Amino acid sequence: MGETVEQAGFDRQGETLCLRGALVTRQVGPIWDAVMKAARGVRRVDLSGVSSLDTTGAALVLRSVAVAGEAQVEGASKPVAAVMERARTALAAPRPASGPDQLPLVAAVGAWGISLLQRLVVSTGFLGETVVMGAAVLRYPRRLRFNDLLRHLDEAGLRAFPLTLLLGTLIGVILAFQSSIPMRQFGAEIYIPPLVGISLVRELGPLVAAIILAGRTGSAFAAELGTMTVNEEIDALRIMGVDPMAMLVLPRLVAAMLVMPVLSLLMDLSGLIGMGVVMANLGFPPALVLNQLEQWLTLGGLVGGLGKSVIFGLAIAGIGCRSGLSAGRGPRAVGDAATAAVVGGIVATVVLDGLFAVLFYRLGW
Amino acid sequence: MADAPEMADIHRTRVEDPVVEAHDLTMAFGSNVLFRDVTFQVARGEVFVILGGSGCGKSTLLKLLIGLYRPSQGEIHILGEDLQAAQGAARRDLLSRLGVMWQSGALFGSMTLLENVMLPLEEHTRLPRAAREEVARVKLGLVGLSDAANRLPAEISGGMAKRAGIARAMALDPPLLFLDEPSAGLDPITSAGLDQLIKDLARDLGTTFVVVTHELQSILAIGDRCIMLDKQAQGMIAEGDPRELRDHATHPTVRAFFRREAA
Repeated sequence: MGETVEQAGFDRQGETLCLRGALVTRQVGPIWDAVMKAARGVRRVDLSGVSSLDTTGAALVLRSVAVAGEAQVEGASKPVAAVMERARTALAAPRPASGPDQLPLVAAVGAWGISLLQRLVVSTGFLGETVVMGAAVLRYPRRLRFNDLLRHLDEAGLRAFPLTLLLGTLIGVILAFQSSIPMRQFGAEIYIPPLVGISLVRELGPLVAAIILAGRTGSAFAAELGTMTVNEEIDALRIMGVDPMAMLVLPRLVAAMLVMPVLSLLMDLSGLIGMGVVMANLGFPPALVLNQLEQWLTLGGLVGGLGKSVIFGLAIAGIGCRSGLSAGRGPRAVGDAATAAVVGGIVATVVLDGLFAVLFYRLGW
Repeated sequence: MADAPEMADIHRTRVEDPVVEAHDLTMAFGSNVLFRDVTFQVARGEVFVILGGSGCGKSTLLKLLIGLYRPSQGEIHILGEDLQAAQGAARRDLLSRLGVMWQSGALFGSMTLLENVMLPLEEHTRLPRAAREEVARVKLGLVGLSDAANRLPAEISGGMAKRAGIARAMALDPPLLFLDEPSAGLDPITSAGLDQLIKDLARDLGTTFVVVTHELQSILAIGDRCIMLDKQAQGMIAEGDPRELRDHATHPTVRAFFRREAA
């Protein structure tokens, strides 16, 4: 049962705009545009027929007065006049000079460049702090909080095993099936195991493990530390004389560096198993597949792959922690930090992988 | 165990055509009873305060009144309708006739203050965009935030966020506004300004306010009537004019509260 209110309406009598009825939020929407048209050129706005008025109705009256030019408001009852006066005072208050997104193009480019530079400075500072903290921990290992380290090992490593196994197996199956089509044309299906094996061990294993780490763990680090930043917990730590780098960042970095080779190895093994299943399907016995792998896979390739995965882990965790610690204010900042962590982590991984490819090529690995 | 009725300072006023009516409300979470048999009425145009110490169930009672929780027992009527029973369009219509200011402001972080206030207008009215913006500017002007219209919630202070929360709650000019701890955590000057704003809006716009607070100065400044909940009594221990209760309360907790004494 809604309250019944008098219908809002208007008419123009010569140079007077007569408004009537209940000028309230629910009523003025449908007549707003028509009132503005009728208000053009009037000299008086008559409110004697207005039975009730709220601030939305007052906004309608004030806008119609503005559209008319210099119209006189008359005939308002005492309560209507009181609301009009409140709304008039509210609208008379100074408005913001300009919106937040009204920078000229040159200034916008400059602001973007400055913010980029600032981010670079923050990242460099973070890198420096990490190196100093790492050196300090090597000297005083007790500064590393082992309970936190174990928790992060569990969250970033153990809990990522099922996903890694699933993705690794599927990637092995897909690679084997996809490569079998062109290989069959040359009668070279026997070379599928070394093709898939080398791809996995040297490139895909560490790369996909890094993407899993960036998506699962890098974003979680950023969100967790970002929330702590928003809640001023990081400031509280600093004021208590506790270094957030030692307490929060270092265990995460070490955990990511430790779990990455394990995840990469798991990815490699599950991929090889997936490939083996496809090969068996194609009529190649496991002994033959193993023989091929033994012949083509080198210890150098495996160590190179696992070694670079450690650096990927360091980069992903570092970017995740840095994004969280430099989060802004408000709930949106946490989302931005998590996005920056995932995007930054994946980009950094691919860039580093490119550098490793050049390095390994030069070294002849 | 609840206090004996004669101990409580309950001076019930019979209200004709109440805007809010709570009858024998009981709220329990599992076996933990928060309060029982809470009954009160709020008259049109008055500032009604729900007060009490921490953990007595003030905010839970507010959430019952606005339909976020269901009472374990009892009935609530808002603007003459049963919010719990209202469904679909009827519920939507009823919700558009009440506004809520949350303790933290609960502003949407990705929107400017102006867009926050425009949102209910967009959902519930057929006002053209320019009109919605004009109306939203009036509401922000009413709470003194005209110059902050284009700022994001993350860029304003706690006091400004509360005022913006009131502006958004008032977006549709609802006849009934619920305010959760409007002056908590604010400096005395900002708090007094907010109290004045509530009084002005009640007087000029005829808005009914239901305010949850434990700020004594605010209660005395704005409250026409109040009820007091108590954790130990698991229910209401006072109802009436806050100034009367301050001067003539007999219940020890009510007296201690108004005289700022340790219980």
